[in-house]
Formats: sequence, C-alpha cells, structure tokens
Amino acid sequence: MMLYKRYLTLFVLTFVLVSVFAIPALTDESDALTIYSGRNESLIGPILAQFTEDTGIAVEVLYGGTSAVANQILTEGDNSPADVFIAQDGGALGALAAADLLSELPEATLDRVIDPAFVSPDGVWVGLSGRARVLVYGPETLEAMALELPGSILDFTGEEWRGVVGWAPANASFVSNVTAMRILLGDEETSQWLGDMIANDVQSYPKNTPIVQAVIDGEIAVGLVNHYYLFRFLAEDPDITAALHFFLDGDPGALINMAGAAILKTSDQPDRALMLVDYLLSDDAQEYFASTTFEYPLVETVEPAVDVPSLDEIESPDIDLSDLDDLQGTLELIEESGALD
Amino acid sequence: MEHSGLIPTQLRRYRDRGAPDLHLQFGNRQLAQLVSVVLVAVVMTPVAFIIIRAIGAGQEGIEYLLQARNLRIVGNSIALMVTVTFLASLIGVPFAWLTSRSDLPGQRIWLVLGLLAMVIPSYLTAVTFTDAFGPKGALQQLLEPIGVDRLPNIKGFVGACLTLTFVTFPYVLLPVRAALLYSDRSLEEAGHSLGLNRWQVFAKITLPQLQPALAAGMLMVALYCLADFGAVAVMRFNAFTRAIFLQTESFRMDKASVLALVLVAMTVLILMLRSRVQHRGRHYRIGTGANRQLQTVQLGKWRLPAMLFCGTVVFVGVFIPLLVLLDWLSGRTLTNPIHVSMTELLRNTVGVSTISALTVAVAALPLALLALRASSRIDRWLVNLAYTGNVLPSIVIALALVFFASQNLLSLYQTLPLLIIGYSIRYLPFSIGATHSAFAQINPRYEEAARSLGLSARAALLRITLPLARGGILAGLALVFLNVMKELPTTLILRPIGFRTFATRIWSAYDEAFLSSIALPGFVLILVSGLVLIVILRHNDSLH
Repeated sequence: MMLYKRYLTLFVLTFVLVSVFAIPALTDESDALTIYSGRNESLIGPILAQFTEDTGIAVEVLYGGTSAVANQILTEGDNSPADVFIAQDGGALGALAAADLLSELPEATLDRVIDPAFVSPDGVWVGLSGRARVLVYGPETLEAMALELPGSILDFTGEEWRGVVGWAPANASFVSNVTAMRILLGDEETSQWLGDMIANDVQSYPKNTPIVQAVIDGEIAVGLVNHYYLFRFLAEDPDITAALHFFLDGDPGALINMAGAAILKTSDQPDRALMLVDYLLSDDAQEYFASTTFEYPLVETVEPAVDVPSLDEIESPDIDLSDLDDLQGTLELIEESGALD
Repeated sequence: MEHSGLIPTQLRRYRDRGAPDLHLQFGNRQLAQLVSVVLVAVVMTPVAFIIIRAIGAGQEGIEYLLQARNLRIVGNSIALMVTVTFLASLIGVPFAWLTSRSDLPGQRIWLVLGLLAMVIPSYLTAVTFTDAFGPKGALQQLLEPIGVDRLPNIKGFVGACLTLTFVTFPYVLLPVRAALLYSDRSLEEAGHSLGLNRWQVFAKITLPQLQPALAAGMLMVALYCLADFGAVAVMRFNAFTRAIFLQTESFRMDKASVLALVLVAMTVLILMLRSRVQHRGRHYRIGTGANRQLQTVQLGKWRLPAMLFCGTVVFVGVFIPLLVLLDWLSGRTLTNPIHVSMTELLRNTVGVSTISALTVAVAALPLALLALRASSRIDRWLVNLAYTGNVLPSIVIALALVFFASQNLLSLYQTLPLLIIGYSIRYLPFSIGATHSAFAQINPRYEEAARSLGLSARAALLRITLPLARGGILAGLALVFLNVMKELPTTLILRPIGFRTFATRIWSAYDEAFLSSIALPGFVLILVSGLVLIVILRHNDSLH
C-alpha cells in the first residue's frame, strides 16, 4: 500500500517538473530572433527557414494578420518581445513609425531598393516585395451570368454584381486599399461604398487564397485580391480557369502596395535583426519572392518571374505608401460599415 | 447521505451537527482550504480583470455597446442559442428514445456513432459543411442533374445553426437516454392500461418525466452555443465569441472586455433561469417500485423511418465531415507549403492536453474534498467560486489572460504555463464535478475502518479513498483531456510563439484555404478524440 503513496508523490513531482521546466524549454529558445509577421506563414516561412539554415540564427515567428500584429506591438509597447516586424502592407509599418516604435535602418540597406516609393521617408522601414491589387475572375462564371468586367471597383455596387463579388475585409492588403480610397475619395464616399457593397451581398472571406479558391470553384464570379495568389494555384494546376484583371486610369482598385520589414526599437539584438532584413533584400531572397510567391522583386538585379505588367505599366492611383498610415482610422471605418460582422 | 444509516450513532451525531468530517479534521482541512483559496484566486483573475477593464472603459464602453451593430450581436447570439437548443432537442430526444426504448436494430452502434458527432470539433464540422453544402459543393453536384445550378450560401445564421445542431445534439441525447432507461415505467404502463395510445403516453407521461433531463441537456446546448467560437467563426456569424475574438486579436482590450462582460452576464442569467425552473415540480419516484425490464416498443412499420432518421443524423453529423476530409486528403486544393510533422503536432497536442488534464485533476482534489465535506459557509463559497469556469467561455478567459500577462505578468506572456492556466480555469469545474461524485460514492465506512486500524487521516485519504475514486477521477481527466485537445480560441490566443497543435494547424490551413492540409490533422484529431470518448463511455453508466 505504501507503493501507492510513493507512486502518487512521484507522479505529482514528475508532472510539476515537466510542466515547469521541460515543455517551456522545448519551445523557448531565448536567444532566437523574435519576428512578428503579418505575412502568412506559407509565404514568408520558407525563406525564414532558409535564413536560419544559412546563418545559424534561430527565429521564432508569431503569425497573425498585419493589422492585428501591428496593434499587438502597439499594445505591448516597451514590453514587446519582437525584434523584427514583417508587414504585408505599408500602412501598418507607417502606423508603427508614427508611434515612434521603429529604429532607423542604415543607408546601405535602404539603397538596395531602387524605387524610393518602397522606402520609408524617415528610413525606418523598407519594402521587401511589391504587389498589385487586382480583380481575379472566373471567365466561365462571368459568361454564364452574362457579366462584363467593370472599369472600376466602384462599379461593384451595381445590382448585376449582387452576391457574386468576394473580398477579405480583415486582410491588411484590403485595409490599405480602403485607406487609399479614403485619400482619393474622402471618408464619406469610401464609407458609402463599403455600405453599398455590403448591401449588395458582397461575400466575405478570411484571406486572399480562399477568395481565389472560391472563384475557381465558381462560388463567386470575381474577387478583390493581390495579384500573386492566382499564380500559386496555377503552379499546382495549370488548367485552372481563372484570370486577372488590372484596373486602369488610376482606379483605387489598382493600388500598388508592398510587403516590408522594420526593426523595433525595443529589439535586444538589433544587429541580428538587421542581418535578417538584409538577407530578405539579398538576391536569393528576392529571387524567392519573384519565383515562389510570384511577387514583384524590389531590387535592381532580380526580375519578376511571371507574366504580369511591370510595376511601371500598372495605372495605379497616385498615392504615397507612407501616407497610408492611418491604420486605426481605416479599421474603424471598416468595422463601423459592418463588413466584419 | 445515503450511507448515513450505517454509521455508528456517535459519529452520525457528529456529522449532524455539521462538524468537520474525518478527512478534514486533522489539519488537512486547513490545507485544503488554503490551497483552495489560492486556486480560486487564480480562477477569479480573468473575471476580475474583465470587470475592471469594462468599467474602466466607462462612458465610451457603454456607447460602444449601444451601437446598433453591437446590440445586434446580442440578438444574434440569442437567436442562435434558442434555435440550436430547439433543433438539438428535436434530434436528441427521438434519437435517445429510439436507442433506449425501441427495438431499433443496432441500438448501440447508432448510439456510439451519434456520440461521435460530439467529439468532432465544431470548427472542423463547420469547415466541412461549408464545403459540402456550399454554392458549388457536393450537395449542389448531386442536385445538378435536376437543374440546380448553385445553392444559396449557407454561411451566416443557417450554417452556424446547422453546424451547432449536429455538434450539440448528443448533449441532449445522453441525459435524456439515461432518464429513459431509469425512469419509472409503471406510470407508462398505467397510461397504457387507461387507454392512452403510444403517442399520448409519450406526450403525457414520458415527456414530463424527462423534463429535468431534457432541461439539463438543453442547458448544456445553450451554454455551448454561447461559448462556441469555431462554428460561428467559420460561418462568419457575428455572435459574441467571434466579435470578441476579432477585438482580442487586434488587441483592443476595452472593446473586447465590454463584449465579454455582457456575454458572461448572459451565461450567468441562463444558469439562474435554469435553477429557477429546476426547483419546480416532482419527477422522482416516490415508492421504490420495481425496476423491471419493460418490453421494448415494437417499431413495426415505423422501423424504416426510424432507421432513416438515425441514419440521416449520423450521416450528416459524422460521415459528411469524414467524407469531406477524405476528399481533401486526395488533394484537389492547394497544400500548405509549410511542412509540419504529424509527430510534432501529436506531441504538442497530446503533451499540453495531458499536462492540463493532470493539473486540473490535482487542483480539483482539495476542492472536491471541500465540496464533499463542506461544513462552513466559506467552504461552500470557495467551491462555488471554483466553478466560475463554467460561466466563462474560453475566449473570455483567453482574452483576459493575454491582456493581463502582456501588461502585468510579462514572465508568463506567450508561455506554455499561461496556456495551461487558461485551459485549467475553463475545465476545472469538469474535474471537480467528476472527483466530487467519485468521492461521494465511496462508503465512508472504509475510511473509518482504516482510521480505526491506526492510519492517519492523510494516509487513509491516499491509500483508501483516492484508489477507490480512481475510476471517476480518471473519467474526469479524460473529459478534460478531450476538451483541451479540441480547444481552439484559447490555444490561438495564449500559445507560445511557434507552438502548433492540431487545432491551430487546422485553423491556419482553413484561414488560407489549404483544405488538403486540414485533412490529416483532422483525421488524427477525430481518431484520438474517439478513443478518449470510448474511455469516457466505458465509465458512463447510461450506456450499460
């Protein structure tokens, strides 16, 4: 019978030990570089793994929506464990820059990017890859419904588009698209458009990939997405019937944006953080963005890998990416429109 | 106290005066109280925090709440809860009757299959339903020959109701079936002999007798609906949990706290409503009666419809999710390029679930002892407060802990212990309940005998009571394990960076439409859950 008691003591002791020491030790690598990523793991994960392999620097990555992660950093403030912030749009980086949370990057790093549009005016963030907002459409579905591609995203409030347009209202790329609309059209008209879209039964999805999937499945006719998602599907199945439409004439739907990175002021290892940012601007990493995620590389030495109009050819609206920093304002506008409900 | 007649007179007088019981009179009582106070303090932290934050939001918080959009959330949650509770009863009661009172072939198989619907996590059921019943889903393909070009989108209220109904009907099935098996059948016989037909007997005699069990089941369903995150998130139905998650994810503490406080208040309100209803009327038998086997009801020409009914329920609730997963396994969609080994997922999921279940089981011990031998008002209050987890949906606990830790307890922020604390607060009541009833079933004479033979109180507890209660404690442990393993919102919000479980893997795959990557983790999760369910069922009397 004493065995039982001994067994119990042993068991309690073991589990206390395990829970306090072993498991946290398994997951906690305290000298790892902590990255807060607003980009999906499927897009940025492989190149971060490559970074670890090439440099021996371990990384811990928190994945979330760009706006959510930016908010998390703002809330954590001085306590933030993050060293590097990777965002999928310029607006979130701008918001953190405005809150004075980002440290300045060296000239050499900033100079890698040719187009100054993709570099922070204060030198606190830098673009990693470019992307264009486009319309993805299913030609067969459009034909079956006798619909024609519209000239502007403002046209989707028309009755003929009821229930067949998809968007991802919580997604950062969409959010900055709305910020751009606010700058171009004003808050009132933007708000009106959001409301009209919802009244027109626009279909909501969590992210861009599900939108493209839904267009391919014929669930919806068109979707507002970034340009590169379709190519990921085509890479797996070239027979997919879906295509991209670039809006013209500086339409708000043709916004060019970027994914970018910044180093937090609170980082306790800024040197290694900079190594990561430089790595992501290296030819190898830019090649990865071009050929694997099908984005626009931003350095001079690497060309886009897929057949898309060059960034210069896109008739994008005339907007400075650094002006897209009113993240909170846009989030509130979207929330109040009921798009997230 | 069913055993009190067997206790020597002197001891009984002792107990009648409400004096401390054997276990707890020799210093153990103070220890149990002390530990309980600490535990209750931890359990109460999230509520306290939410209340403080919500009050701190003040005027702005009230204005936020009164916006039409947010008032709609209240309406949405209530509508969802009422509809699902009704539908789940509509399925659960006949299912329970067919698998207990009728001559339905293969009763036990139907029962186990029906219960399987309960272990499939709601987010998994929801994701598979959106695929199967989507505008261009399997159902539409099936209907294509008869000219159905596309189906209306089920996302929203319809989809959330559909999902939750099939996930929760077993919560009605279980208690109602138990009540049908053990209720006094002589009343029904009397009904028959007085000329009522079968339906009348059911409506006028059986159903009223079932009322407490049905009410208990419906309460479980209602609370489940209020607390569930997975189904409403996938179906994009703006119920409380989803709204709170959106705010929490963006670290908007005040708004999240205001919403959470209203949700908790609603949960408490429903529990209060329950206790008012429950204390009305009498449903137990007065005499002992004879618990004899009543002949089962011959279904006759109803046999086919009955089998069709059970078949449809099981097909939709269990086989559609499994079939859709199977379809995805064949890989007709994008796969997640990030490879995560099944071993890692299994180790993390099972590891964290085991540790949480053990933590909860150990924490429940002093509280269960206090519950059993509660003799002072303080004891009773401690036990009641420890049940707080029952009124706190996981999302509320998670949001409180993540904010609390990020502001005041950095050393725990984004660590595994915080995640385990989150699970533990939520599921502590499960374990206290199981342990308490296991203790209550032990004849105190065993322990008294041990004491009289010279064992100390502590030794008697460890060597007599605990081993005897082992079965019940283990069943509680398995129940907590099962729930932690499926738990989504707590894991999403509190997990350490880079910590992946089946639930988070499925969630991120759903998020990016990597449906093929949902399949394997989904299958393994259902498989492990099914095994745990069997362990629990073996302990559950209602199945014998």
